[in-house]
Amino acid sequence: MTIWIALAYLLAAVLFILGLKQLSSPRGARRGNQTAAVGMVIALLATLPSLRFTTAGIVVIILGLAIGAPIGAVSARQVHMTAMPQMVAAFNGVGGGASALVAISELLHLGAHPAFQITFPSIFSMVVGGISFAGSAVAFAKLQGLVTGTPITYAGQQVVNALLAIAIVALAVANLAIGSQAVFFIPLLLLALVLGVAFVIPIGGADMPVVISLLNAFTGLSVAASGFVLNNFALIVAGTLVGASGTLLTTLMSQAMGRSLANVLFGAFGQVQTAAGGTAVTAEGKSVRSGSPEDVGTMLAYARKVIIVPGYGLAVAQGQHAVKELADELEKRGVEVDYAIHPVAGRMPGHMNVLLAEANVPYEQLKEMDDINGEFQSADVAMVVGANDVVNPAARNTPGSPIYGMPILNVDQAKNIVFMKRSMRPGFAGIDNELLYDPKTIMLFGDAKDSLTKLVGAVKAA
Amino acid sequence: MNSELLTEFTYFVLAIFVGIEVISRVPTILHTPLMSGTNAIHGIILVGAIVIAANARTPLEIVLGFVAVVLATLNVVGGFVVTDRMLEMFKGRQPPSKQPTK
Repeated sequence: MTIWIALAYLLAAVLFILGLKQLSSPRGARRGNQTAAVGMVIALLATLPSLRFTTAGIVVIILGLAIGAPIGAVSARQVHMTAMPQMVAAFNGVGGGASALVAISELLHLGAHPAFQITFPSIFSMVVGGISFAGSAVAFAKLQGLVTGTPITYAGQQVVNALLAIAIVALAVANLAIGSQAVFFIPLLLLALVLGVAFVIPIGGADMPVVISLLNAFTGLSVAASGFVLNNFALIVAGTLVGASGTLLTTLMSQAMGRSLANVLFGAFGQVQTAAGGTAVTAEGKSVRSGSPEDVGTMLAYARKVIIVPGYGLAVAQGQHAVKELADELEKRGVEVDYAIHPVAGRMPGHMNVLLAEANVPYEQLKEMDDINGEFQSADVAMVVGANDVVNPAARNTPGSPIYGMPILNVDQAKNIVFMKRSMRPGFAGIDNELLYDPKTIMLFGDAKDSLTKLVGAVKAA
Repeated sequence: MNSELLTEFTYFVLAIFVGIEVISRVPTILHTPLMSGTNAIHGIILVGAIVIAANARTPLEIVLGFVAVVLATLNVVGGFVVTDRMLEMFKGRQPPSKQPTK
C-alpha cells in the first residue's frame, strides 16, 4: 500500500466519522450522509490505481457497477416511506452477501494452507456475512408480508439453533486446523445461511427492527473481517464503526421496548403470551363505545388541548398529510396540538418522525415520550391513530403480559380518548388492550386516512 | 503476531470506541436515518469486491467477483440514496425552537 492510498483511506475514515457525527442533529443530518458518501467515493477512487486488472476483471467490475447502481438508486427512490425498514434490511443483506463472497473468493485464491491470520478472518467474514444475508432476507420477507409476521416456532427450536451454532463453530475450527478447502468451507457457508434463517423466523414482526439493526452490526463486523483478509484499512475502520454503532443502536432499541436484547432474540414472544393467557384480561363481555366522525370532530373542535399519538396504522394508511391537515384546522380554531412519539412508534425508532416530517409537521410539535407523558393529564383529547401496544396500560398494570415493563405513553390519563383503528384486532404484539373498553374511550373505526379526512370536514363544520 | 497485523488490530480496537462514542449522541428521531446511514457505510465492502474482481481469471472467480460487485454496489448506492431521501424531509424547516434531547 503506497502512502497516497493510506492517506486517502485515512481521509475517507475521517469523513465517515464526521458524517456519523453530523447525523446527530436534524439540521446537519443530510450533510452528514453526504459527507460519508464523499468518503466512500474517495476510498473507491484511491483503490483503483493500485490494482492490476485482468481483462475479465475490468469487464466484471464495469458490468457489476452498471447493473447495481441503477437498481439501487431506483429502488431507493421509489420505495414508499412505510416500506423503509424492509428496504434497509434488503440493502443490509446484500452487503453481508458481498462480504461473504469476498471472503470465499480469497479462500479459494489462497489454496489449501493459508496463514491463520488470513483463514480466521476469512471464515469469520463468510459465516457472519452469510448469517446477515439469510437473516436479512427473512426479515425482508416478514416485513414485506411475503411470509407471516408472527413468530414461527416449533418444539425444540432453541436446541436446533444451538446445535447449528455448535456445528458452525466445530466446522470453523476444523477449517482452521486442517486448512481451508472448498469441501470444508462450502458446508460451513450453507450452515451459516441456515442459521440466519432459523435465527430470525421465531422473532415476531414487531421486533424486526431490532433484528435488522443487529444484522446491520453483523455485516459491519463481517466487512471489518474482510478488511483483515485483504489488509485494507478502509474496510477495517468503516466496518468496525458500523459494527460498534450498530450494536449500540440495537441495545438502545430493545431498551426502548423495555426488554433485554436476549429477550427480543430468544424470547419467542408468542410463547410468553400463551403462558400469560390465563391472567390477561379477556375481551369478551365488554362493551365498546364507537362514535361517528361528527361526534369526534365536534369534541376535537371544542377541546383546548389535543395530543395526537401516531402509530404504524397511520403510516400504512398514508394518512400523514391528512393528520397534518386536521392539526392545521384545529390550530386555526386555537386548539393546542402536539404529537406524542413513542420511541418504537411505527416499525423503527424515528420512523414516525420521518413520516410526519414528510407531511411538513414542524419539529417542535413532535414530542418524545418523556417530554409529553406529563402533559396527558391536562389534555382534553388524546387521539390515537393506528397505534395500540405503545399505549396499552397492560405494560404498566399486568405483570404476566408480554409487554409488561415496556414504557408507554400515558394516554389513559387524558380526559377523553379517541382510538382510530380499522377493527378491534389487537396490535402487533397480539395482546388485547383494555383501554379500548375504557368508558372515556371513543372508537372511530375505518381506514385512518378516510377517518382523518372526514374529521377535517367535521371540524370545519363544527 | 507481525507488526502489520498489530497495526490493523489497533485500528480495529480504536474504531470500536469511536463508533460507540459518535453514535451515543444521536437523538431518537434520527435513529432510522442513522441505521440507514451506517448501512450505507458498510457498503465500503465494494472496495473489497473490486479488489477481488480486478484480477479474476477462472470462471468461478469471475462469477464470484461479478456477484460481489453487484451486491456491494446495491448496498452503497441504495444505502446512501435511501438515507438522503429520509433526510431531505428535514430540510427547509424553520430552526427548531429547542434542540431535541437524548
